[in-house]
Amino acid sequence: MAKARVIITLKKTIMDAQGQTVEKALHNLGYSGVANLRIGKYVEMEINGEDKARVDEMCRKLLANPIIEDFRVEIEA
Amino acid sequence: MPTLTKMRFGVVIFPGSNCDTDAWHALHDQMGAPVDYIWHQATDLKGYDCVILPGGFSYGDYLRTGAVARFSPVMNAVADFAAKGGLVLGICNGFQILLEAGLLPGAMLRNSGQKFVCKYLNLRVESTNTPYTRAMTNGSVLRIPIAHGEGNYYADPAALQEMKKHDQIVFRYCTPEGEITADANPNGSLENIGGVCNRERNVLGMMPHPERCSDPLLGSADGRLVWESLLL
Repeated sequence: MAKARVIITLKKTIMDAQGQTVEKALHNLGYSGVANLRIGKYVEMEINGEDKARVDEMCRKLLANPIIEDFRVEIEA
Repeated sequence: MPTLTKMRFGVVIFPGSNCDTDAWHALHDQMGAPVDYIWHQATDLKGYDCVILPGGFSYGDYLRTGAVARFSPVMNAVADFAAKGGLVLGICNGFQILLEAGLLPGAMLRNSGQKFVCKYLNLRVESTNTPYTRAMTNGSVLRIPIAHGEGNYYADPAALQEMKKHDQIVFRYCTPEGEITADANPNGSLENIGGVCNRERNVLGMMPHPERCSDPLLGSADGRLVWESLLL
């Protein structure tokens, strides 16, 4: 049984208000070296008979909205 | 155009819809129009002139608002219905579902203020050239409530340009005087957009709730103008 991991983030061209707020909070805590913090979603699933192409397809159809989000799929055998 | 009593409405209920009864009340009790509820597993919309996708939190807003509801069985029927010229109105979560289904351009982001916003606001009518707004006046201002956490409308620059070219921006958030300002924007929407239609103009999505202000007892009856436009 393989495992698929999907990471979904807002496109770089879209302002991530949540990410900016959290970045600012880290700065306030003294972590001044933090920049371009983006918050996204993480999906993991066990896959059986599904390959990376099929998980990519799942992302395009349902898991991500290509108008506003980018996604990255990792497969672990 | 169908007469008042001939025009038949259907209000779709998804698991998690919660404005279905309000829409039914506005149409049936306030406007005297025939209305049915349509369960989301229905696959046939024959006999309806206008189908309403109501507000709520379909499928718990899981993943993204409307992302799961758009695959409900009824949505294939809604797409066919719209392609044949049937009237489809998405309110709030219904708008989000229409965006996810690709029946309207753009997408919703989380409100820029990160908060759920529930309040009355002012909405400027940008186009009366739709079956939903033809009883209104261009540039007039409606008093109408919103209630959403993800109403920050986004479209990429090319899509926005296309929408402008085809007069698809139907409502914008504004001041009481009708000015489009950043302060009047409740959620960070691109260019204060609060409602858009498709190029064929038979599908409309709007974040504000006309069904919640169709009865003078509720503080504003401006929402009636949507139903009056449809029934004109």
